[in-house]
Amino acid sequence: MAHIIIHQEKVADPQELVRLCPFGAIEADGGRVEITSGCRMCRNCIKRGNGVFELVEDASPAIDKSRWRGIAVIAEVEEGAVHPVTFELLGKAKELAAKIGHPVYALLIGSGVTPLAGKLAEYGADEIHVYDQEAFRYFRIEPCTAAAEDFIRKVRPSAVLVGGTPAGRSLAPRLAARFRTGLTADCTRLDISENTDLDQIRPAYGGNIMAHINTPRHRPQFATVRYKIFPIPAKTAASAAKIVTVRLPPEKLLSGIEILDAEPKEKLRGIEEAEVIVAAGRGVRKPEDLAMLQELAELLDGRLAGTRALVEAGWLDARCQIGLSGRTVKPKLIITCGVSGAVQFAAGMNGSERIIAINSDPEAPIFNIAHIGIRGDLYRIVPELIAGIKQSRRED
Amino acid sequence: MRITVCIKQVPGTSQVEIDPETGVLKRDGVESKMNPFDLYALETALRLKQRYGGRITVVSMGPPQAQAVIREAFMMGADRGFLLSDRKFGGADVLVTSYTLSQGVRAAGDFDLIICGKQTTDGDTAQVGAELAEFLGIPHIAGVCRIEGADSSSLTVVQDLPLHRLTAKIAMPCLITVEKDIYEPRLPSYKLMCATSDREIGVLTLADLADRDASHYGLNGSPTQVKRIFPPEKSDRQEKWDGPADALAERLFKYLDEHKFLQKLG
Repeated sequence: MAHIIIHQEKVADPQELVRLCPFGAIEADGGRVEITSGCRMCRNCIKRGNGVFELVEDASPAIDKSRWRGIAVIAEVEEGAVHPVTFELLGKAKELAAKIGHPVYALLIGSGVTPLAGKLAEYGADEIHVYDQEAFRYFRIEPCTAAAEDFIRKVRPSAVLVGGTPAGRSLAPRLAARFRTGLTADCTRLDISENTDLDQIRPAYGGNIMAHINTPRHRPQFATVRYKIFPIPAKTAASAAKIVTVRLPPEKLLSGIEILDAEPKEKLRGIEEAEVIVAAGRGVRKPEDLAMLQELAELLDGRLAGTRALVEAGWLDARCQIGLSGRTVKPKLIITCGVSGAVQFAAGMNGSERIIAINSDPEAPIFNIAHIGIRGDLYRIVPELIAGIKQSRRED
Repeated sequence: MRITVCIKQVPGTSQVEIDPETGVLKRDGVESKMNPFDLYALETALRLKQRYGGRITVVSMGPPQAQAVIREAFMMGADRGFLLSDRKFGGADVLVTSYTLSQGVRAAGDFDLIICGKQTTDGDTAQVGAELAEFLGIPHIAGVCRIEGADSSSLTVVQDLPLHRLTAKIAMPCLITVEKDIYEPRLPSYKLMCATSDREIGVLTLADLADRDASHYGLNGSPTQVKRIFPPEKSDRQEKWDGPADALAERLFKYLDEHKFLQKLG
């Protein structure tokens, strides 16, 4: 806990201090400087305010961190199979747990999911707690929260990693509020300190800034991570993982939610699965021109995707949107065509193995993250490339 | 139906940048607007009111100037507005923001339904709705893309999940977060602007809440701490290609060929 105190006597130029705050939360009234409720505690004023602003750490009852042991992963089950984000999280959990000598726990909630426990062991879980009851057939918030709460109270994990899926993004905040503890959403990097504090890195303020976040005085520490942020680890020889089966009493399974219908959606292979992606941006002048990029995508056995602007214009299906408000992709190759590379887009694809950007604006921010920045006109380069690929295939 | 909608004032632009050399944040204007996702929440509430009657309360948290978004909500048709505003609320993380909102929602009176937008454009966590529901002890459904209807005790909604379109009945009181595009938000009306220009906005400070323990609010109550902020790293292995289009296309062809991206369909 901390707060900022203001040393009014050190104020030289109040307006200069006002300008320090990116959120407009510093106000000057005559020579006096005040911090308003707009403060986000970015602490910029403390670093740059020539000593006017001081951060005061309040002594607070510290919790006994040694009583919280282990890194837990809440498994996500989709259509009777473990969602791959779970394996990615188990890989990260194993790495973190190894640094502090803690075990890796997995929590499996669902209906008919018991046989999946072995899968979780293969990817590194030392102990798997299974809540397998009909009430968990569909994700309903109260029974699932009750199961996770039961697990956390018994196991007392230091950190809990949850997939940034629709279910995870409902369950993690619910649990964080129940345990009155911290939750960091959409982490892109995770590490752990010796004192078991989870070092959580996430893009903030639209992604132009990365924030390093800790939960220093509360346990457990909750973090959500989106699919495809971390790699899937290699399978380990299925060790002797311990499996704990738990049944919740009926009163814990009550819910105000009744599922009336679950209509399967047409299967559209997600762009997350694609190894090659051609991404279209605003440099594409009209919707018909996407056919050219679609053709390139097909020639490369890849998928066409795009920026938020194209989805909002109705040119592309929302499921093909890359970015902070769309999908995160991590293909082997992504060719961006006419994408300026706003950070909100970049955040959804900068983990790609090879980024090739074609853009006629030499100053486009996409060139900051592209491995190969091609400064040219996509309308001239792409047709040439397509012709070249077709030509080579005819020759073969 | 008594509906409470949570709204937030956000920066007009998300382009807050950090200078990689000096570490100073570059502020790009200070104009603010209503979080665009909240417009859909408000529109959903207005449609429900049209169909089932009732009253719409908006609750926001922020500095005094955030009253502007409550005025905007009045211009769209909201009936009452409350702003949680107190320096002691500053520096709140997700947990404490949700907790403060839960206190404000309770102070604003009884409700059957709370509607939140999918996320904000500045915090971008999409987690406040679920935490708020937990603090209020009510069920929630996130990502609602359609409202099928309501009766006196429940709401039937459709949720768009990756593999399913789920139709669920949820008992009120409850909370939903709605997807963008659930309904086309209406524009603020000039008539309502005139009619509501002197409508009072209830300002709630710590003293107005049931829980007045300052240590539960703002930075003090927040479990998460921002240790540092830094610019995103740039890619280190970078090449720039310039030249005539046909040469660039040929070079790209060779590159793709060398790296075995052309062989699959052959």
